[in-house]
Amino acid sequence: MEAFLNTVYGTVFWSTISFLVVLILMRRMAWGPILQGLKEREEEIDGALNKAKEARAEIENLQSDNERLLQEARAERDGMLRDARDMADKLVGDAKQLAKDEGERMIGQAKQAIDGERAAAVADLKAEVAKLSLEIAEKLVRQELKDEGNQQALIGRMISDSKLN
Amino acid sequence: MFDFTLNNKGNMQYLKGAVALLLGFGLMGNAFASSAEDGKPNPGDFIIHHIADAHDIHLWGDGPSALHIPLPVISYAPGFGWDVFSSSALLHHGEDHVDMSDHGMDGTHADHDHASGDAHGHGGGGYHSHATGLTYTLDGNGMLHAADDTGHAVENVYDLSISKSVLGMFLVIFMMLLIFPRIGSSYKKRKGQAPKGLQNALEPLILFIRDEVAVPSIGEKKADRYLPFLLTTFFFIFLCNLLGLVPFIGAFNVTGTVGVTLTLATFVFIITTVSGNRHYWGHILWPPGVPLPIKLILVPVEVVGILLKPAVLMIRLTANIGAGHIIILALTFLIFIISDYGANTAAGIGTGIFSVAFMIFMYFIELLVAFLQAYVFTLLAALYFGDATQEAHH
Repeated sequence: MEAFLNTVYGTVFWSTISFLVVLILMRRMAWGPILQGLKEREEEIDGALNKAKEARAEIENLQSDNERLLQEARAERDGMLRDARDMADKLVGDAKQLAKDEGERMIGQAKQAIDGERAAAVADLKAEVAKLSLEIAEKLVRQELKDEGNQQALIGRMISDSKLN
Repeated sequence: MFDFTLNNKGNMQYLKGAVALLLGFGLMGNAFASSAEDGKPNPGDFIIHHIADAHDIHLWGDGPSALHIPLPVISYAPGFGWDVFSSSALLHHGEDHVDMSDHGMDGTHADHDHASGDAHGHGGGGYHSHATGLTYTLDGNGMLHAADDTGHAVENVYDLSISKSVLGMFLVIFMMLLIFPRIGSSYKKRKGQAPKGLQNALEPLILFIRDEVAVPSIGEKKADRYLPFLLTTFFFIFLCNLLGLVPFIGAFNVTGTVGVTLTLATFVFIITTVSGNRHYWGHILWPPGVPLPIKLILVPVEVVGILLKPAVLMIRLTANIGAGHIIILALTFLIFIISDYGANTAAGIGTGIFSVAFMIFMYFIELLVAFLQAYVFTLLAALYFGDATQEAHH
């Protein structure tokens, strides 16, 4: 036992000293910075991953927002188109109606005018015919009446005719 | 006692050196002394010598061509004082040994104490210190002994040498201080960037200890407090284990040295004990919901367990790493046993092929074990800390 202990004095002595020294030095110069660095890096990676996840969620949110906005815009556009079409239809209908009414009015006026004109024309024609008839009659009368007998006959006829007119 | 009847000169030289070494240093030198005396090296001695801590690094070779790196011996004897000298003065493996260091041999070279007549046959030149007047020698177990001027042995000699394992430990710590602060600064410099280079290479291991060992055992909140210790322990053990697998540098066996694992286990014990809360001590000293007779049995068991847990950590690590080295050395030695120490070359070659194949396989297993044992030690330490800090949940 003494021999055993004797051999270990030196190794125990030196290993205690050197292990303590290396433990203290390594703790300060190596393990401290290494463990700290590892922890920081892990936190950084975790942070980055979380951020990426958040960003992805945000993008998804944005996408759904966009989708919703697009949907709304589409609906609005459809509404606007429909409104415009309705408006246009209405305008066209109104215009048509207006045009129709105006046309009818104008036709009516024209008819009236035509009727008036025709009446006037008929009256004029009548007057003209009467005038012409008179002239003709005058000429005929003049002709007829150059001969006394004729004058008489004619007068008689005329008189009888006049009764007919 | 070294004249083997070997027909291979190289083998003979090798064995001669090996025997000299193992006889000189083998922890179990005494136990196997008888078998070594018939001239054949004892596998047990050989192996134990190679996995035991030593005062030098034996790189390769034997006899005159052996390459040893002597290490500093530091010793303290109460009443005499401190002595620091090179281990080359203590390590004379026979007369023909040529040391690579030119450290003084202070005249003891001539009178190697073969006279001691013990089975180790190892001289050990001895070193005489002028400062304290003590003469130091190594015994067969590689332990340092001192004698004063009158030749009386000094009882209390504390051997605080920078031994092979201590040097291995220093190498590992040097590597750690070279690598990890650099990684630490790259976390500051490259903040918010992907990891790169060394940082990238070791980050999985650091994360493994944090996320698979510390946090599940101790809990997210308290794990941070114990992480520096767990990480240091893990990398220290892992690198020490790997250092032991590097060939040609003298077979370091740091984590197979009892002193080192004892220290590590003591740290675990101290931290567990200091951080033990009411709940932890309550469960040990007066387990709730257990009948009194069983309490009488349970409490002593639990109290012993406080010490037993770190002791098991120590034994497991030492034994596992030691065992790996023992298997590889045993496979090496198998070649010599089967070839009858060089008498049968063909058998030696045949066994050699088989042994080397197994050794390669064992090396892969050892690489796995190097990691596994570091992991197991760290995991169990974390579990003990978790036990000690657990809050009541019932």
